[in-house]
Amino acid sequence: MRAEDILVPTPSGVCCKAAGFHIDPTRPVEKALITHGHSDHARAGHGAVLATQETLDIMRLRYGEGFAGKTQAVAYGETLDLDGVRVSFHPAGHVLGSAQIRVERGGMRVVASGDYKDVPDPTCVPFELVPCDVFITEATFGLPVFRHHDAGVEIAKLLRSVELFPERAHLVGAYSLGKAQRVIALLRAAGYGKTIYLHGAMEKITRYYQSRGIDLGDVELVRGAKKSELAGTVTICPPSAMTDLWSRRFPDPVTAFASGWMRVRARARQGGITLPLVISDHADWDGLTATIAATGCSEVWVTHGQEEALVHWSRAKGLKARPLDIVGYGDEEEEASDEAQT
Amino acid sequence: MNRFAELLDRLSYEPARNTKLRLIADYLRRTPDPERGWALAALTGALSFAHAKAGMIRALIAERADPALFAMSYDYVGDLSETVALMWPSDPAQRANEALSLTDVVETLSTLGKAQMPAQIARWLDALDETGRWALLKLVTGGLRIGVSARLAKTAAASLGGKEADEVEILWPGLAPPYLDLFAWLEGRADKPASNDPAPFRPAMLAHAIEDRDLATLDPADFMAEWKWDGIRVQAVAGADEQGATVARLYSRTGEDISKSFPDLLAALRYPAAIDGELLILRDGRVQSFNVLQQRLNRKSVTPKLLAEFPAHLRAYDLLAEGDADLRELPFAERRARLEKFVARLGEPRVDLSPLLPFKSWPELTGARADPAKGGAGADAEAVEGVMFKRRDAPYLPGRPKGLWWKWKRDPMIIDAVLMYAQRGHGKRSSFYSDYTFGVWKDDGELVPVGKAYFGFTDEELKEIDRFVRRNTVERFGPVREVKHEPAAGLVLEVAFEGLQRSTRHKSGIAMRFPRINRLRWDKPPRDADRLETLEKMLTRTTARASGDPESTGFPLVRE
Repeated sequence: MRAEDILVPTPSGVCCKAAGFHIDPTRPVEKALITHGHSDHARAGHGAVLATQETLDIMRLRYGEGFAGKTQAVAYGETLDLDGVRVSFHPAGHVLGSAQIRVERGGMRVVASGDYKDVPDPTCVPFELVPCDVFITEATFGLPVFRHHDAGVEIAKLLRSVELFPERAHLVGAYSLGKAQRVIALLRAAGYGKTIYLHGAMEKITRYYQSRGIDLGDVELVRGAKKSELAGTVTICPPSAMTDLWSRRFPDPVTAFASGWMRVRARARQGGITLPLVISDHADWDGLTATIAATGCSEVWVTHGQEEALVHWSRAKGLKARPLDIVGYGDEEEEASDEAQT
Repeated sequence: MNRFAELLDRLSYEPARNTKLRLIADYLRRTPDPERGWALAALTGALSFAHAKAGMIRALIAERADPALFAMSYDYVGDLSETVALMWPSDPAQRANEALSLTDVVETLSTLGKAQMPAQIARWLDALDETGRWALLKLVTGGLRIGVSARLAKTAAASLGGKEADEVEILWPGLAPPYLDLFAWLEGRADKPASNDPAPFRPAMLAHAIEDRDLATLDPADFMAEWKWDGIRVQAVAGADEQGATVARLYSRTGEDISKSFPDLLAALRYPAAIDGELLILRDGRVQSFNVLQQRLNRKSVTPKLLAEFPAHLRAYDLLAEGDADLRELPFAERRARLEKFVARLGEPRVDLSPLLPFKSWPELTGARADPAKGGAGADAEAVEGVMFKRRDAPYLPGRPKGLWWKWKRDPMIIDAVLMYAQRGHGKRSSFYSDYTFGVWKDDGELVPVGKAYFGFTDEELKEIDRFVRRNTVERFGPVREVKHEPAAGLVLEVAFEGLQRSTRHKSGIAMRFPRINRLRWDKPPRDADRLETLEKMLTRTTARASGDPESTGFPLVRE
């Protein structure tokens, strides 16, 4: 049995011919297995979707009831038999409901990890290491310069700035699914007890997180607040909103952005960010390489990001490695720009 | 080292002056001696040790990283120190972050031999986190480049004791890192450090720009007038040290010691005194344009050739001290009389008087300002920026006191240009398109960009332009928007500027000096805006009057 007999890479995602499903397809297909709710992985319009309950809920919140012909929820660790192919979902530690998908046939094990991170996150189930023969990995931060270190250090930086500039508002740009809620949870873990304000685009997902029992403390929409009330406060918003008309309601805002991209100075400067916070929901270089090694795989497929460096590293370690050239992953970040202006 | 690294990190992203001030002041307040003193020394450029070279840093990383991965990383990041700081292999668990202080680094570096440097720097890099490594590499390679001037750092330090920056500036030449006495005084724990500097800086007095309505209220008889020369405002001070040797220094308007760049002028300051004047380049008795002066600035070493080609000259405006006497309380007319005698006694060709302009009425002065050549400046008219007039009874006060000194610049040049691109600003303006690239018409009917302006408009006008930009965007390039600019549709900006010069960096071949938005011409269709030809004519008419781009000199001098 070869890996290609189980999963075949195509430009629109990996495909299991034997069982007739795709994983995170970037175009509508008959049967889709979805790793997590970010819009570049979870698209509307598939015939049937198999995913965790949280991922299905998130897709419904984003795309409406009819986002797929039919849906089926799967629990972490539960094994399904799809036409002789054994499939199970395992925590990826990326966002709420995110999963790696393990596909096995004839003793050959392939893990499609979607997006993942191997560090603690109070808003989702921790990453689980799944031993395999072929590991399909992302490489969003697949360069040795991406070292995310402890997110708590970055939160402390934010809180010190809030303390130092009590007359100003702090805007924290964060992707609306996952990062926004993680930043709020990290602020709470650091002992920040005040109301945290939200841009309208963050509301649905944040309320959903709370409904799943994730404690985020007092979170309110910024919509009704007066300018003067916003002095000394923290507001979480889509990155694009910080330079939009929307930001004028805040007193002399300090612009922060929570993202792994903030590790590189030029990236922060281009965005006009004055308080970059290196907080990422993706594994950093050390995380990617440690995970690949720990799976015990003999072959690595790299879906998106800085494939070249990770493929180079894998080959240097004696592993077979190839980039998959899937078009369309890694765009979740751009998506926020067109969301509500409220 | 951690806190210092965090400070540098934060400062490097921060465009707003006031925010920078608060960040530095907060650091100085939270950080004990002597650590904060070394930080202040680093920020003011007062640290001196042999710097590490880029080659050494490259060699260090080459021993530790896969060359292909390093190449890919460097290519992505684009900055050597930053790439090395980020990809330096180190184990967070092994780090003793707290233990390494800036003080350790500075003290070790000052005694370290060149041969020991690579191993020492590697040990430090092992002990620091990403930001710490970045800050260390900036420090040891000798280029902080985080947009903080020495003046700004001193202002922040002064604020610890509620003092003005000038007070610190006066003491500065007598202080040495880590400035324990300075902080003790600022925090009220000790007396002001004694300044026995024989040639101290005295805070400069500055003028207000005159408006027509101000002029009507003033009596010409109360004032004395002189040319406003287009050079660099300086203070030349000489005194005798304890051994009786002459110490001469040249300060910028903000009190930075710029003596090193002008040894030729310093030699002329033989008698103890403090002269306020304009630094100019004179050739055969003629004042050269600011463009020429600029070529004397920004030089690492002052070569004999440079001294010969660009002889520095001091045109004296005022006398603040003579011998042991502080003259600043005296009325300007009296100081001027003493200045005339002093300059005559000095008898030094490199130092001369800024001549007074006799006038009995404002129209007379207006005439001189409009045509300096006929008004008495003769062949030097091109180096005249306008006129100054000062109250005869005015004492010399620091800062910009109202109503005593006035400056009246020559009329700026004006053109009508078309808005082509707009870029978002920083800080308070980060949601506004506030930086404008504008162009004029070429013969072939195309617009060619001729400059960029980001001030001159009111807050209300900024909002109007911002609205226009958002509604007329043709294309977006990151923070930049291209706006509609067709003969019949677009926004005409009346742009004022101080001069033009040839430039190879600009597509139009012309660069403007001090361009700013004078007026919004909503009434004017773009097709009626000016043509490149008009600028070409202005350029040939006025080449010498004004050229150079003070924004890009990088020299720590602010022109008055």
